[in-house]
Amino acid sequence: MLVFLVRRVVNAIGVMLAVAFLAFMIFRFVGDPVELMLNEQATQAQRDELRARLGLNRPFLLQFATFAGNAARGDFGISYRNQQEVSALIAERFPATFELVLVATFLSLVIGIPLGVFSAIRRKSFLAQAVQFVSVLGVSLPSFALGILFILIFSVNLQWLPAFGRGEVVSLGGWTTGLLTASGRAALVLPGITLSLFQITLVMRLVRAEMLETMRTEFIRFARARGLPDRSIHFRHALRNCLMPVITMTGLQIGNLIAFALVTETVFQWPGMGLLFVQAVTFVDIPVMAAYLMLVSFIFVTLNTLVDLTYALVDPRLRQTALAGGSNVR
Amino acid sequence: MSAESAVPAKEGAVRRFLASDLGYSFRHSPVAIIALVLLLLLVVTAILAPWIAPQNPHDLKQIFIDKAELPPIWAKGGEWPFLLGTDPQGRDVLSAILYGTRISLAIGAASVAVSMLFGITVGLVAGFFGGAIDNILMRIGDTMLSIPTLLVAILVSALFRGLLPPALREPFAATILVVAIALTAWVQYARTVRASTLVERGKEYVLAARIIGVSPARIMRRHILPNTLTPVMVAATLNLGLAILSEATLSFLGVGMPITQPSLGTLIRIGNQYLFSGSWWLVVFPSVQLGLIVLSVNLLGDWLRDALNPKLR
Repeated sequence: MLVFLVRRVVNAIGVMLAVAFLAFMIFRFVGDPVELMLNEQATQAQRDELRARLGLNRPFLLQFATFAGNAARGDFGISYRNQQEVSALIAERFPATFELVLVATFLSLVIGIPLGVFSAIRRKSFLAQAVQFVSVLGVSLPSFALGILFILIFSVNLQWLPAFGRGEVVSLGGWTTGLLTASGRAALVLPGITLSLFQITLVMRLVRAEMLETMRTEFIRFARARGLPDRSIHFRHALRNCLMPVITMTGLQIGNLIAFALVTETVFQWPGMGLLFVQAVTFVDIPVMAAYLMLVSFIFVTLNTLVDLTYALVDPRLRQTALAGGSNVR
Repeated sequence: MSAESAVPAKEGAVRRFLASDLGYSFRHSPVAIIALVLLLLLVVTAILAPWIAPQNPHDLKQIFIDKAELPPIWAKGGEWPFLLGTDPQGRDVLSAILYGTRISLAIGAASVAVSMLFGITVGLVAGFFGGAIDNILMRIGDTMLSIPTLLVAILVSALFRGLLPPALREPFAATILVVAIALTAWVQYARTVRASTLVERGKEYVLAARIIGVSPARIMRRHILPNTLTPVMVAATLNLGLAILSEATLSFLGVGMPITQPSLGTLIRIGNQYLFSGSWWLVVFPSVQLGLIVLSVNLLGDWLRDALNPKLR
C-alpha cells in the first residue's frame, strides 16, 4: 500500500512539474513581458532594469526552478494587465467559480440520478426513449450556444432571470457568496443549469448503464423472490449499488467542470476565474494564464490521485498495478 | 466513358456495404439512416455553398448596407432572398452559415485526421517496440490527459498565436486550430492502438512476418494496423463531433477563427453581441446548424459503436 501511495504521489508530482514546464514555456516564449509591461517611450535602461528585476536575464533552468518554486508557494507574480498580484486576483475570483461548479454538480446529481433510474427501469417506454434522445441532444449542443439560447428566452423575452453577473453577494471573511441573497440565487440559476447540462447527461447515462447491469444480478432476483415492492428494489437495493461509480465520476469531473466553467462564465459574464483567464488570453496576460493553468491542473491531478488512492484502499487488487491518469471525458 | 464505368463500381460498394453485417444493422436503424441523410445534406450544402448560397458573404460588392439587420423572411420586415435575415453589415445569414459550415467541417475533419495519424503512429510504435519508448510516449500521453482538454486547446492556440507575427495570425488561424484540437485528442487513439498492438504483436502471423525478414515499419503498417482499426473508427466518428464543438467553443471564446473567415462558432460570437438588440436570428440559426451537425455525427457514432460491439449483437 505504501509503495502504491508513493508511486501515485510521485506520479502526480511529475505531472505537475510537466504542467509547470508548459506554463513556464508559455510564460517565457509568448511575447516579451518587458515589451508588454512598459510603454513605447521606455528607455533601454528602463527595459534592462525591468528585465533584471523580473529575473529574465538569468539562465533558463534557473528561471524555471524559481518559477516552479514560487508557483508551489502560490506566488505567480504580477498581472501584466492590471499590475496586481496574480494570487490575489485568483483568490478574489475563486469563490464565484467554486459556487457555480458546486451548483452544477448538485443539479447534475439531483436531476441525473432520477432520470437515469427511470430510463433504466422503464427502458422500453416512450418517455425513457425520449429522455435518451434528449440526452444525445444535450451532448450535441455546445454549452455556450445553450447558454445564449437560455439568455434569449429567460432574460430577453420573458425577463425572469438576470443574464449576467452574480447579483448581490455577501462577504464572509474573504469568501464571497451569492447563495444568501435572492438576487444572488437568481443569478446562479441560468449559469448553473448551463454548466450542469452536459454533466446531467453523463450522470444519467452512467446510472442507466449501472442500473441495467445491477438489475440482472442474483440479489435483485432474490429481492423479487422475497416479494419486496418495486420501489424498494429499485431504490434501496439496486440504486445503492450504482452510486459508487457515480460518486467517483462526479469527483473526477469537478476538474473538468472548473475548466468548462470558463465557457459558461464568458457567456454569462460571471466574475469567476474562467472569465479572468479568457480575458487574460485575449490580453496575453501570461502570469494570469500560467497561474490558472497550474491551479486547474493541480485540482484535477489532486482529485485523480485521491480517487485512485481511495480505490486502492477499497480494492486491494488495484494496488498491484499503479493506474496512471484518469478519465477525461470531454 | 469513365463516368459510366465508375458508377457501377460505386453501386457495387454501396451494395456490398448494405449486404454486410454492418449494413444490416444500418438498414434496421432508422436513427442511423436519418442521421446519415441529415449529415450528407449538411455536408453537401456546405461544399456547394459558393454555388447555392444567395450571396458570397466575403465579397463586399454583393453586400448591401441598406439591407442591414433584416429579420427572417417569415417575420415582419423580412425580404427576399434573405431567408434567414441579415446581419448589421447587410450580410445574408443563410449564406454566412453555409460558408461557416464549410470552415467548421473542414477544421473538424482535418483535426480528426491529424490526431488519428499522430495517435495511431504513437500507439503502434509504443506497442510494437515496448520498453523505454513505450514508457516515455505513454507518460507524455498521461500528462496530456492530466490537463482538461479545453485548456490544452486554448493554451496551444494562444501559444501559436503569440509566436506568430500579427500579420500571419489570420491566414494561419485554421491551421493553428487544427493543431490545437488534434493535440487534445491523439492520446485516445494512441491508447487504443497500443492496447491492440500489444495483443497482436505476439501472434504467429507477426512472428512469421518477422522471420521472413519484413521490416518493422512494414509489419506495423501492413500487418498489425488493419487489426487495430475498428475501435479507432468508432473513436474517430465520436471525436469528429467533439472536434467540431471544440472549434466552435474556441472561436466563440475569441481564440479561434477571426471575423474575416467566420466559422459557426465565430458567427455565434458575433451574434451574441446583438442578443439584447432583438436580432435573435443572428445567434439562433448558427447555433441550430451547429447543433444539427454535431447531433447527426454523434448519432452516427453511437450507432457505429453499438453496431461494432460484439456484446450487443
